[in-house]
Amino acid sequence: MKLRSARLGLAVLALAVGAAACGGGDDDGDTGGSGGDVTLSIVGFAVPEAANKAIAEAWNQTDEGRGVRFKTSYGASGDQSRAVVNGLDADYVHFSVTSDVTRLVDEGLVDESWDDGPTKGVVSSSIVVFAVRPGNPKGIEDWDDLIQPGIEIVTPNPASSGAARWNALAAYGQAIHRGATEEEATEYLEAFFANVVALPGSGRDATTAFLNGTGDVLMAYENEAILAHQNGEEFDYIIPEVTMLIENPGAVLKDAHPKAQEWLDFVLSPAGQREFAKKGFRPVIDGVDVGEVEGANDPANPFPEVSGYLLTVEKDFESWAALSAKFFDENDGIVTKVIAASGKAS
Amino acid sequence: MTSVAVPAGRSVLRRRPAGAGALTSVSGAGLGVAVLWFSLLVLLPLSAVVLRAAEGGWGPAWQTITNGQTLAAVRLTVGMALVVTAVNVVMGTLIAWVLVRDRFVGQRLLEVLIDIPFALPTIVAGLVLLSLYGSDSPIGPDVANNRWSVFLAYLFVTLPFVVRTVQPVLAELDREVEEAAASLGASRLTVFRRIVLPSLTPAIAAGAALSFARGVSEYGSLVLLSGNLPYKTEVTSVRILSSIENDNLAGAAAVATLLLLISFTVIVILDLLQRRMVRRG
Repeated sequence: MKLRSARLGLAVLALAVGAAACGGGDDDGDTGGSGGDVTLSIVGFAVPEAANKAIAEAWNQTDEGRGVRFKTSYGASGDQSRAVVNGLDADYVHFSVTSDVTRLVDEGLVDESWDDGPTKGVVSSSIVVFAVRPGNPKGIEDWDDLIQPGIEIVTPNPASSGAARWNALAAYGQAIHRGATEEEATEYLEAFFANVVALPGSGRDATTAFLNGTGDVLMAYENEAILAHQNGEEFDYIIPEVTMLIENPGAVLKDAHPKAQEWLDFVLSPAGQREFAKKGFRPVIDGVDVGEVEGANDPANPFPEVSGYLLTVEKDFESWAALSAKFFDENDGIVTKVIAASGKAS
Repeated sequence: MTSVAVPAGRSVLRRRPAGAGALTSVSGAGLGVAVLWFSLLVLLPLSAVVLRAAEGGWGPAWQTITNGQTLAAVRLTVGMALVVTAVNVVMGTLIAWVLVRDRFVGQRLLEVLIDIPFALPTIVAGLVLLSLYGSDSPIGPDVANNRWSVFLAYLFVTLPFVVRTVQPVLAELDREVEEAAASLGASRLTVFRRIVLPSLTPAIAAGAALSFARGVSEYGSLVLLSGNLPYKTEVTSVRILSSIENDNLAGAAAVATLLLLISFTVIVILDLLQRRMVRRG
């Protein structure tokens, strides 16, 4: 009898601990900066890590930024955003797509006015480009070349990678821009995905697969291509006549340290944008002296203007929320359905 | 969430009513710790997954599960895991046999190398497999972006399970029994089938269950190699990630629950098979 109650006690203890573990899930850690000097937490998607680090060093040289230290966390954009919702400490977030910031707005973590500034919340930008094998043996110059028979395309999976959605939008948007109806643009997407030989989970996986021999052309971002060149990877990249402007949002959280706003201001200043440019991102403001950018096709003119037309979310797709529902809804999205159909067809 | 663990505690009590088993206070405490540990690490998270699936009502969860693309992924994942498990049962037993019964140069090295798939981060394994068996393969085969890539990745990560469960049992087997059988005129095949195999069956079954479960959950080693092509090479974990990316957590949990149920069923079947074989032997 005594034993039974002992075991019962332990079982109850198990419950209590379990309940406590459940309840205490979402408040971990202080916001830092309790002792004199300030530590800002940056949570971001993986690509701009190097650039953010360089900007932080530059900021530490100024009066506002002197002595500020950083705690950083980088990973897949959607994962990072969900981590912040689930309690990951953050003063400043930098994501690849707007919906990852609006998720925080919905949770009351970021103020609704976050995108009221002159750059509308965008802190870094780039464009969609084609990465091809050295010397461009298949002669891929434009969107029509991608849907020729025998061309093998690698693009990250728009279903599992929010960032990959820019590529699909570019493919659809360029067709519309050249006068296609929505049906014809969807047909272009079908032809495009029929040529896709791999849909890796993220941009990084796609680049790795391409560099290891998969496919003829990789749908990539200009900044990724430039950064890969800086790291000694061998491929060419081509800017198509019509392409898509990629805009990465950044925001300060509501309960962030006041220094975080000063940090964001610096990121958006010519000095901050110059550091982004050095790593291959196009500046989001005018009048930035980018100088030479190693790794660009032409280092002296690293960011040539797109010759035909530059698609943007605002001009060509209304808003990120609207295009998410239209193109990427899990059941009815245009891109979702095209990808599913491409798998069934062959 | 508290309500979830209650049956766990109760079922333990029900299975071993006080008085029936003579537990000392030490073993009582041991049982308590085991239950606590198991609840925190396994029961609570699993219940949370199931609850999350049920949260949005069964409608959306059902819709996600019955999506053709998801079903194709589940079929591929489970089917491939079963095939790979069957291969492992044969190859794993063979490798264990070689490691225990034979003496050869490099044996110790091989013994250590068997565990590499455990130690290697799976994404690194994927990278290695891609550069060896991908489009730029220096040795010929190109499995990138077709179903063989899934087969290969599963084989790689599940290799050690059967080897490591069979090996110690085989090492402990009394060889005199085999010799006695042989001296009574049993052929080598008969000795293996009637003497060795029955002793190994529980270990093989345990290894097979682990191997299957590991295969079903694999993600890292095949994302680079498989290309995630829907209806062709997309595995269930990729579908789950897609649902998460779309903020459809209930859908993701529903697919995970389906996978859990399938794995559970397979493991139970393996256990039953193993019991029957042992009884027959």
